[in-house]
Amino acid sequence: MANFSGQLINLFAALLLLIAFAMLSQRRVLSLINLFALQGLVLSVSTMIVANSSSQHHLYYSAGLTLILKVIILPWILHRLIRKLNIKWDVETLFNIPTTMLVGIALVVFAFNLAAPISQMAGTITKGTLGIAMASVLLSFLMMITRSKAVPQVIGFLAMENGLFFAATSATYGMPMVVELGIALDVLVGMFILGIFFFQIRETFDSLDLKHMEKLKED
Amino acid sequence: MEIFWILAIPLIGGLLLALFGCQRFAPELNSTMSFGTFLASAFLTVRVITDGPMTALNEQFFVDSFNVFLVALTAFVAFTTSLFSRPYMRIEQHHGKLTINMLRLYHSMYQLFTFTMLLALLTNNLGIMWVAMEAATLTTVLLVSLYRTPASLEAAWKYFILCGVGIAQALFGTILLYFAAEKVLGAGGTALLWTHLDAVKTQLEPTVLSLAFVFLLVGYGTKVGLAPLHNWLPDAHAEGPTPVSAVLSGLLLNVALYAVVRSKVLVDGALGSHFAGSLMMGFGLLSVVMAAFFLSRQKDVKRMFAYSSIEHMGLMTFAFGMGGAVATFAGMLHMTVHSLTKSAIFFAVGHATQKSGTQLMENIRGLIKTNPTIGWGLAIGSLAILGMPPFGVFASEFLIITTAMHTYPWTTPFLLIALGVAFAAIFSRVQTMVFGETNSPRLPHPPALVPVFVHLALVLLLGLYIPPYLADWYRQAAALIG
Repeated sequence: MANFSGQLINLFAALLLLIAFAMLSQRRVLSLINLFALQGLVLSVSTMIVANSSSQHHLYYSAGLTLILKVIILPWILHRLIRKLNIKWDVETLFNIPTTMLVGIALVVFAFNLAAPISQMAGTITKGTLGIAMASVLLSFLMMITRSKAVPQVIGFLAMENGLFFAATSATYGMPMVVELGIALDVLVGMFILGIFFFQIRETFDSLDLKHMEKLKED
Repeated sequence: MEIFWILAIPLIGGLLLALFGCQRFAPELNSTMSFGTFLASAFLTVRVITDGPMTALNEQFFVDSFNVFLVALTAFVAFTTSLFSRPYMRIEQHHGKLTINMLRLYHSMYQLFTFTMLLALLTNNLGIMWVAMEAATLTTVLLVSLYRTPASLEAAWKYFILCGVGIAQALFGTILLYFAAEKVLGAGGTALLWTHLDAVKTQLEPTVLSLAFVFLLVGYGTKVGLAPLHNWLPDAHAEGPTPVSAVLSGLLLNVALYAVVRSKVLVDGALGSHFAGSLMMGFGLLSVVMAAFFLSRQKDVKRMFAYSSIEHMGLMTFAFGMGGAVATFAGMLHMTVHSLTKSAIFFAVGHATQKSGTQLMENIRGLIKTNPTIGWGLAIGSLAILGMPPFGVFASEFLIITTAMHTYPWTTPFLLIALGVAFAAIFSRVQTMVFGETNSPRLPHPPALVPVFVHLALVLLLGLYIPPYLADWYRQAAALIG
């Protein structure tokens, strides 16, 4: 049984990595939000499997929290936002998707090397997936760098938080509950504030393209 | 009990001001709430002086001599800044830069920001400390973009993205710390409590902790404004309203540094080497040198003093990195005097820019002629921040540099050159702003300059005479940090 669930966890971890790469190359805002919701779902299911096979009951709560927050509430807010901002069918021009993918692969290799000594020390059944968690954090980071529009950048930021959550689950069976609740609250409040912020940017610049916002520089 | 009030008053204040922020008395309510927080922190301080360190609420909160002085300082500067912001924001409203709804947002967020700062200082749980630091970013993002100008929106976006990514690194560091702690303390709530971690720090896995510290330093270091992660800082300071610049420089940077120092104590215990200290010294020295050379190229007065904050935060990080009783003592003294001086300078600068209608230094002239108090406030504040005796900054910088000469002589030329360059840059600019001819009109409301002179008087006092209990307090804290 433990072996089977171990396999399942590895499968979901691989899916997570795949979704991270898909987000890196996705140009449509709408599909990006759906990918983000899917990532949340995979995260929630894998957390549930970990909870079941390690009999760590508090992980059920974090899985439920992830499900509510990252699969339902956040994508719902994002969907509403892009409808109200009228950017639902926005397509971003991304340069050099192949190069970005190659850089992404290099990041994955780097992440696995960085995680190797730590995952050897971990006593969890999920220790092999720590490398994947770090890789998805770094890939979200890369996604934020390559995007020039506000909404995709924020989705990258939220995906990074997903990666960190996965890292916490795979290395230590999750953080203490009070901390996880605090982080979830921060993410939710942050999303609301960003929602307001998008409208402010839009009102001032008439677009959510960040290339208008490169005035403040040292000369 | 005092801890409860310290946290409850700003939280309730934030909610009340969200409801009544449109009323005429909102600025006064804001000051009253801040005064209440300050009183509660004064009681807490007295209690810690008499009874020693304590924990509360199932060990979730923890006060020792290191954080209690920061709590008192934070509550004090938050109170004086709220006094300053009363006429300042009224003048801004008079100039048509702000609407009543923006003021409501401002007052409510100001209290919530104070709450997050105090929570980050008082909590014993390193996870909650992270949550509070992130919440502090969130509460200030909308304050930086309060004027809704293109530049302020850009600054706020940069602030959010850079600090958000930075603080995500700190979360990873916290996860690694928990990973190491869980092996010794067992899973569950206690493994992130600082008091428990401090007790078992020698047993924590050294490789994990060194990796964790790198992430924590980069993460919280972004909020401290350490080079090369400082890009958000000058923009956020220059484009936000001046009271926000004052609390960012005076409080937020200190609290972020506090988080770094707390982590350093654990890592030092686990590694038994100077790894953490060396990293902090490197980042600190780089920030001091970099900021000094950027200082001389600034045209905007708030940007210039923002770079000066980077320089001073670098100096403190360097001091804590060197470690040892004297350097740590000097670091804490510098934290105190820098907070007081820099917020006083921002108060004076705020009114000066309102009077001249611009933040460009070449257009600010003759402050002493039209508003002598603003002029003198800015002149004396600048002399204090530049480390002129007999102000407190001189004492702390002197201690830091003499320790550096003893233990790391190769750093001395860098420090001295950087301080010299900063002196030349700031002094020449301030001189032309303060003296000279002008025909700009007076302000519509009388400026609030009492806080400026109260702060500067305290800094002068700390330079001439440190009260024995305060010195004791710093010494105890220095022994804790090591």
